[in-house]
Amino acid sequence: MAVIETKALNKKYGRIEAVKDLDLSLEKGQIVGLLGPNGSGKTTLIKMINGLLTPSSGELYIKGFKPGVETKLAVSYLPERNSLPEWMKVKELIDMFVDFYPDFRAEKAYKMLADLDIDVSRKLKNLSKGNREKVQLILCMSRNADVYALDEPIGGVDPAARDYILRTIIQNYNEDAVVLISTHLIADVENVLDRVLFIKNGELVLNSTVDEIREEKGKSVDALFREVFAC
Amino acid sequence: MWYFTNDRPIYVQLIEQIGIRIVNGSYAPGEKLPSVRDMASEVGANPNTVQRAFSELERSGIISTQRTNGRFITEDKEMIAKMREDLAKEKIEEFIKVMKDFGYDAEEIAKVVANYAAGKEEA
Repeated sequence: MAVIETKALNKKYGRIEAVKDLDLSLEKGQIVGLLGPNGSGKTTLIKMINGLLTPSSGELYIKGFKPGVETKLAVSYLPERNSLPEWMKVKELIDMFVDFYPDFRAEKAYKMLADLDIDVSRKLKNLSKGNREKVQLILCMSRNADVYALDEPIGGVDPAARDYILRTIIQNYNEDAVVLISTHLIADVENVLDRVLFIKNGELVLNSTVDEIREEKGKSVDALFREVFAC
Repeated sequence: MWYFTNDRPIYVQLIEQIGIRIVNGSYAPGEKLPSVRDMASEVGANPNTVQRAFSELERSGIISTQRTNGRFITEDKEMIAKMREDLAKEKIEEFIKVMKDFGYDAEEIAKVVANYAAGKEEA
């Protein structure tokens, strides 16, 4: 059974079609890049997968379930912007995740935080921007989820932090999961991806493995992206 | 350093680069390889890609899996020597082809290579 499956999935905001007739089936054990320019529908799709937005029409299943209580526990979501209470201490955030998510591995989170020398008794708002992003990622990846939906995880950080984030994803995802990474920074992520989805004006224009693209076209995903989305 | 070009699948490049490390001794005969995930993290590649490269290397016999212990480089030094020869042969073939395109014949190629190896700039 596919981990994520959609059939003719649509999301409209008034007359704007943010996601159009999306048919998709993603099997377990893949790191998938959701690639497209700003405003192409990436965040809308991710928010439907984690149940924050309701589809306008069509079907969406996470491990066979419609988004709801069961799928909340299956999907670990990293939002584009910080959604955690800034006034809380890192340690308190971990306690909160332990309460919320039965699949949360606190010892894993503590180890990663210790590796980075992040003091867990500090409040989130008193950490540097880079460390705040890392704390969020660590909380997200410390869950033993079926889907990791990461919305622009490397958007606002320097290249060294990008490497750290990608390594953390590789080291910690559950191997039976689907990791969905939305980004427009393709060159930075393409080596860690199994599969890429190109999304343009809400429509899926390409669904292919990275190896297929390189074998058949002899070019990188980044080069292909520049062709498909040339302005 | 691990470096990947954009035009070919990563697993193919990974097979080559692990092979180079085996023939030049960076990975010693009998040495244990990192786990798939650690390797993926080290080289910055996808774990399935690393798995695929390991599988191909296992098929060729240059690495082997010992059930729960992990993957090891072969201790068969002849096999490693053979692999080194094959890699060299491949490069030589590429080089000869280019040189022939430049209009050099076998004798001239042998001469310029010998001279270059002896530290002379000119043929």
